[in-house]
This record gives sequence, C-alpha cells and structure tokens, in this order.
Amino acid sequence: MSAASSSFAGKAAIVGIGQTEFSRLAGRTELQLACEAVTAALRDAGLTPSDVDGLVSYTVDPVEETELVRSVGIAEVAYSSRVPYGGGGSMGVLLHAASAVASGAAEVVVAYRAIRARSGATRFGGAKVAPSPTSGHAGTTAMQWCMPFGVLTPASWMALNSTRYMHEFGVRSEDIGRAVVQLRAYALTNPAAWGYQRPMTLEDHQASRWIVEPCIHLLDCCQETDGSVAVVITSQERASHLPQLPVAIGAAAGAGLFEQEIASDHYRGDLSVMEGSVALARRLFGSFGFTREDIDVAMIYDAFSPILLMQLEALGFCGPGEAKDFVAEGNLGPDGSLPCNTNGGLIGEGYIHGLNLVLEGTRQLRGTAVNQIPDARTVLVTASRTGAILTTR
Amino acid sequence: MTAADISSATVEPPPRRPAPLLTDDNAFFWEAAIEGRLVVQRCIGCGRLRHPPRPMCPDCLSLEFEVVPLSGRGSLYSYAIVHHPRHPAFDYPLIAALVDLEEGIRLVSNLSGVEAADVEIGMELEVGFDATENGGAVPVFRPVGAAAGRPS
Repeated sequence: MSAASSSFAGKAAIVGIGQTEFSRLAGRTELQLACEAVTAALRDAGLTPSDVDGLVSYTVDPVEETELVRSVGIAEVAYSSRVPYGGGGSMGVLLHAASAVASGAAEVVVAYRAIRARSGATRFGGAKVAPSPTSGHAGTTAMQWCMPFGVLTPASWMALNSTRYMHEFGVRSEDIGRAVVQLRAYALTNPAAWGYQRPMTLEDHQASRWIVEPCIHLLDCCQETDGSVAVVITSQERASHLPQLPVAIGAAAGAGLFEQEIASDHYRGDLSVMEGSVALARRLFGSFGFTREDIDVAMIYDAFSPILLMQLEALGFCGPGEAKDFVAEGNLGPDGSLPCNTNGGLIGEGYIHGLNLVLEGTRQLRGTAVNQIPDARTVLVTASRTGAILTTR
Repeated sequence: MTAADISSATVEPPPRRPAPLLTDDNAFFWEAAIEGRLVVQRCIGCGRLRHPPRPMCPDCLSLEFEVVPLSGRGSLYSYAIVHHPRHPAFDYPLIAALVDLEEGIRLVSNLSGVEAADVEIGMELEVGFDATENGGAVPVFRPVGAAAGRPS
C-alpha cells in the first residue's frame, strides 16, 4: 500500500444511518428533513447531537450548517466541508469524513443530503434557462454553452455522451432497458422505494415516452424525490464501543480529469468511455488492498440508466462495449456476479442525489437489507468521479 | 440566418432563443457570432486552440491569446433529440449536437435543415447563425449543401 492513498483507509467506519420517507411531496423544508434524517442516524449509532463535531454535505445542498447546528443542538463544530460536482461528488462525503476522522480533525462526522427534488422550486428535469454562466459549484460550468441551444437538463447533457456510447458499441435502448428492469425488480420488495410493488417489464420500458432520443426513455430516469438521508462516521476505535456492526471505509477516492464536467461533460475526446470512472477505479483498486473480485455488491450512481452501463465498463467489471451482455446475462441480479443497486438504485428507490446508495451499502454489510445478498462483506459505492469501498472484513 | 436577416423579415416573429450569457472571458465568441463569424481562442505562447474560452492556456500558461476564425465545417460527433421537457423558447423535437470542427474544436450546438430521423453520426456539417433574444446570435449547423433555416 502506498502511504499517500492509504493513510486514512480503514481508520474510519460508518456507525449510523438514517433517513426520512421518500416521497413526491414532503410538505416540509429541507432543513426539517435534514433534522429528521440526522437525528435518526445518530439514534441508530447510539450517539447524540452533542457527540457530533463534524459536518459534510454537497455544495448544492440547501441546508446551512448553522441552521442544522442550531436545530439539532450540536455544541461545537470542529470540521465542516462540502463536496462539489453534484451527484458525481456523492461519495466524496465519505472521503472527506474519513479523512477528517483519520487526521483527528473531528471525531464524529455526520454526512447529510436533504432535497425536495420533486416538490421544490427546482426540479432537475425541469426546462429552465440558466441565470448565470456558473453552476454554483455543481460541476457543470459548460451549462452556459448548452443553454442557448436548448440543452437544459441533466438528461439532455448526458444524452449527448450516451448517444455516442451507443453508436460506438452498437448498444440499443432495450439493452439499457434490461438494467432498468433489474433495478425495478429490486425496488419491488423495498417498502421505502418509489418502485415498491410496481412491477415493470422491458415492454413497459420500451413503450415509455422519449425524454431524449435515442437513449433516455422516461423509465430510464431516476425518480425525482423529496427526502433526506444521513450517515454517521467515526473512528474504528470508537465504533467498537457502539451498538451497530462497524462498516469500515476501506478505501475512498476521487478522480476529476482535465476538461471533465459532471453531466455536461462534452469536451473530452472520447465520450464513449467515462474516463473519470476509469481513473477512479485505478485509485480505488490501486493501493487500498482491494480487487474487483472482492466486491460482493456494487452501488453505482444511476441518475440515468445509460451511465450505469458505462460505469460498469469504466470501473472494469466488464470490457468496453460489454456491459449490454453483462447486464443481459443477469450479472446485476441477486444471483449474478455483481449484485447492483439492491435497493432499486436511484431509478427504483429514489433520488436523494446518490447518498441513499451509501445507506443501502451499509445495510448490505450489516445484513439488514431488504434484498440481502448472502455473506456480503465488501461493497463498492461509486458516483462517476467519487467512490468508496465499504467492508466488514 | 443572421440577426440582420431576422430584422429585415417583417413577418418573422422575434427570436425566442435565449441569449448567451456574456462574461469577460467569453464575450469575443458571442460578439463574433452576431457578425456571423465563428471564432476560437489561439494561444499566443504556443498556438494551441481552446474552447470553451478560458483566460489561461492549460499547456503553456500564457494569458495572451488572439481570436482566429474557424472554417465552420465539421462533422457530427454525437447528438440528442430532446423531446421533454419543452421550453417555450425552442421548437421540438430539438436536435442537440456535438460538432467536431475541422480544426479539432468541439461545439455544443443544434442542427437545422435535417429531420430528426435522418440525423447520423459522422455527417458533414457547416455553420450558420441563428438569432437570439436581445440581439444575440449563436452558431448552428446544417448538413453540407442543405438549405439554411431555423433549427428543427
């Protein structure tokens, strides 16, 4: 192991998870949603707000640290940070939290995301003209070069890449749809999921209306959702005195490349490969002592289904252009070689901007998931350019 | 179609396309578009072309650049036919395009003069200009030899 990348590996653990209900109309502010999720996570951890001395969220999260501190009663914040790049930065909160704990900057860090993506003022899927050339640290600065051309939504930004991917490797919409069918099959049994008890067939997928042709039908899109989730991270040492089975952050990394953006990632040469995820995998599987064969369950950011296939290839679980066959062979299912997004993913469960994937990864390792994969010991959680490996080994 | 064409055609409704957002870094590009010119930054230090515009050359770190014309010819690298949601400023289905220009520059743009069903990756394209609100203009592309027109 290289000292540079492994200095914090395995020193921090997830000891608590909490969430609100996921809905289309929360009927309360993001601040209240965050309060509910954070306190639920602390209860789960056997801790109280007075134990918390670190906070981490996304740059785009609307909940101010000051308001959260004053609402849940945190006495003193020693460390706080925010991760840019929108959903692509999801797993960066684990990197920040683990680094803070390992360095001693903080002892108990809460990572949170609160969102009203369905009922709030801003829907990701809404057509809006950008008011500013910058993206408020969402990682999509090239939006100013998309907006005058009607390329206004994450679906349309990503479709420009996904169309090239499909062209390059002969991928058809139904190849992508098979992954969506698997996600919805997982969601069927997850009471927290939008897709709970809502079966879906490949025919349903193909019949759903186009959002962006030729790669994104309605059923290829994640569920814009209201809700909040929170994760409590502390040292392995302290974790050993807490009620839950500690889930170690065995690896965490980020990889943002030259000219890479988040959804509006249009200026790198070859857009048929998610090269940021290639670089991320090089880091995650490079010096932390894990291999792809160690991964029992993968939680992969699926804002739109084409990028699920592209990430499977970029992360090295199959070769370039092979994800369509990897999916068709059932590898993402409970009996497959890489059970994936076992809560239904962002498409089947809901879109808490990626952080809900960390909660499901933690449940798998605790053995408490609705769609429990037997003997899951090591879980990969990734979102394009950020990722972590969680483990109970 | 240029801004001048639009203003002289009295039966035309005013353009609905939103105007670009100008900054000190990008104004040269959009101001040239109003004049019907497609341009790019070229580094004085090393000659590298760069787009989107930025103040510094990522190769040689020079802050000095000149603005040079592009041929306006290229090919379709990728596309997306946008059906939903529908913004009142655009006509749908809207053909969004990634155009690779001869000079090695990639632009996000729209296609005009071609039906959505006939769009093919690799097709040869040439630039035209479409007016925006507030007197602006943006480069749009049509298949080589096709008649100019509004983006479909």
